[in-house]
Amino acid sequence: MARIDLVDLAHSYGGNDAAPESFALKPVTMTWRQGGAYALLGPSGCGKTTLLNLISGIVTPSRGQILFDGADITPLSTQKRNIAQVFQFPVIYDTMTVGQNLAFPLKNRGVPKAEIDARVKQIADLLDLTPHLDRKATRLTADAKQKISLGRGLVRSDVAAILFDEPLTVIDPELKWQLRSKLKALHRDLDLTMIYVTHDQTEALTFADTVVVMHDGRVVQSGTPAELFDKPAHTFVGYFIGSPGMNIVPAEVRGREARISGHPIALSRSYDTLPPGAKIEVGVRPEFVDVAAPAPGLLSANIERIDDLGRVRFARVRIGDAKFAARVPPGFSVSGETAGLVFNPSHVHVYADSRLVEGTA
Amino acid sequence: MDKTINQKAWFLVLPVFLVVAFSAILPLMTVVNYSMQDTFGNNQFFWNGVGWFKELLDPSTDLGGRFLASLGRNLLFSAIILAIEVPLGIVVALSMPRDGWSVAACLVILALPLLIPWNVVGTIWQIFGRPDIGLLGYTLNSLGINYNYVSNEFDAWATVIVMDVWHWTSLVALLCYAGLKSIPDAYYQAAQIDGASRWAVFTAIQLPKMNRVLLIAVLLRFMDSFMIYTEPFVVTGGGPGNSTTFVSIELVKIALGQFDLGKAAALSLVYNLIILIVCWVFYTVMTNAGAERPVKQGAE
Repeated sequence: MARIDLVDLAHSYGGNDAAPESFALKPVTMTWRQGGAYALLGPSGCGKTTLLNLISGIVTPSRGQILFDGADITPLSTQKRNIAQVFQFPVIYDTMTVGQNLAFPLKNRGVPKAEIDARVKQIADLLDLTPHLDRKATRLTADAKQKISLGRGLVRSDVAAILFDEPLTVIDPELKWQLRSKLKALHRDLDLTMIYVTHDQTEALTFADTVVVMHDGRVVQSGTPAELFDKPAHTFVGYFIGSPGMNIVPAEVRGREARISGHPIALSRSYDTLPPGAKIEVGVRPEFVDVAAPAPGLLSANIERIDDLGRVRFARVRIGDAKFAARVPPGFSVSGETAGLVFNPSHVHVYADSRLVEGTA
Repeated sequence: MDKTINQKAWFLVLPVFLVVAFSAILPLMTVVNYSMQDTFGNNQFFWNGVGWFKELLDPSTDLGGRFLASLGRNLLFSAIILAIEVPLGIVVALSMPRDGWSVAACLVILALPLLIPWNVVGTIWQIFGRPDIGLLGYTLNSLGINYNYVSNEFDAWATVIVMDVWHWTSLVALLCYAGLKSIPDAYYQAAQIDGASRWAVFTAIQLPKMNRVLLIAVLLRFMDSFMIYTEPFVVTGGGPGNSTTFVSIELVKIALGQFDLGKAAALSLVYNLIILIVCWVFYTVMTNAGAERPVKQGAE
């Protein structure tokens, strides 16, 4: 049980002398509160696994500190950190039974036999592994093996946090959500800090109460799923989260008005002090742009196709060269090749050099 | 669809059949034929039935005594070199670097003894161990250790064993190294997190993951040491006395030294049978160990 603080933490596999831009993890300072359910979300190679391995101690950081409850544990080895980690592929000890697998971390730490047995029994109950306790672990299916990996983390009573490195990759789809809800339930019951690495936004958004989005070695935003959806702090977050992702189009912004291809769009806030020389873009989620019949006051776009997702339809359109997605309101039937776009001003955001600019009311 | 009957297809099998017949079946049948007969030279043969086989398995006869004694020596030799080479090979594999340029260097050095012909290995050690001019023999003797593989049985055994260890530990080490390399990093990381000691990592991860290559290593080393001929023959010639006369050396003595074709044929058949049985046992064990895997997945 611990709060985890990262202080100016950075890592480069090429050593400390490498160019700052080549760091696998660029300097980050953040706090993971005790008992939180976090997801580290980002595409492959964004540094999320590096960050996870730094916390667990498998990788030693090039610079910066990691604090558990305020105590610096950066130089400590993995064994001494009270961290549990579940890997992408189930790791089980082939020669042991399920029970012996679960007991392994305790046995290594010299816990008395009676206590080990009690603890293993408890964790096996929790994970529904009791019927398999005396079976060889190698004879189980991938999801049961992954539960064993998880169980080896849970079995230690002193564990500060459990880290998951894309743990559901090898699990069948229908078992995925079962295991994920199991994790959620465990999180509620045990009050453990859990950090879950994934590149699947559904997994991240359903599991976590705080999602940390990483891109190119940087943490670009951390917030609740709703925050990430409503107010992406970075164009990457807008694009990566949501299906389809946020529309990002170059624009000229002046005061309460943005111009896309010369056409004015109203904004709900005023942007008077934009950094000079920055690349200005506006971002708006497809959910907040409606397709309408072409009309003189509306931004017109060329319709390429309609995606019917069942519950909702999205039109894929083009404004000049820029691709754009917009909602097709229920009952609206698309005719012709062009359409007008109706924007919801309170959900149109302005980005300077990919970062969100807060306007003034 | 109807099956096309085309007897000409037999011609495709014929070359293989001929090669196998001439290379394996005919020689083997010749040996079976010899093993049932006795000869006094001049190409004159007399029927002896299973007489040689009876003698072979009866320790009170000359032939049986020699065969069983050499078989015992051979089994002892195989046991000793397995007991040394397998653990030593594992230790060598464990202490090899996992990556970097040094891997290539280690692999080349390890492979060197394997590339040397048996005959040359024997000659190297024969000279190396000589008390008068050999580096090893001379050094040991000048240290006050009375070492002479020509006259002392223990010294002869020690030389032959050390030579085999020198020659073949690399093979075990290379096989083990391949086994170790195939273990994903996640296992080591998980073991670190589980607080496993070095020894626990070895017994819980490395050894179980190596068990298949180890089986192959044991099989190869057993077969090879059980059939060993050239190296001890070059170094000790089977002596002093009969102390390092292994089965194959005994066989050659009987067949070519005494020209007792009947006895030699019977001996080689029994020898062959032992090797076949051991092979079969190993094969069964190995396929059973492998067969466990597919069953696992569907077990849940």
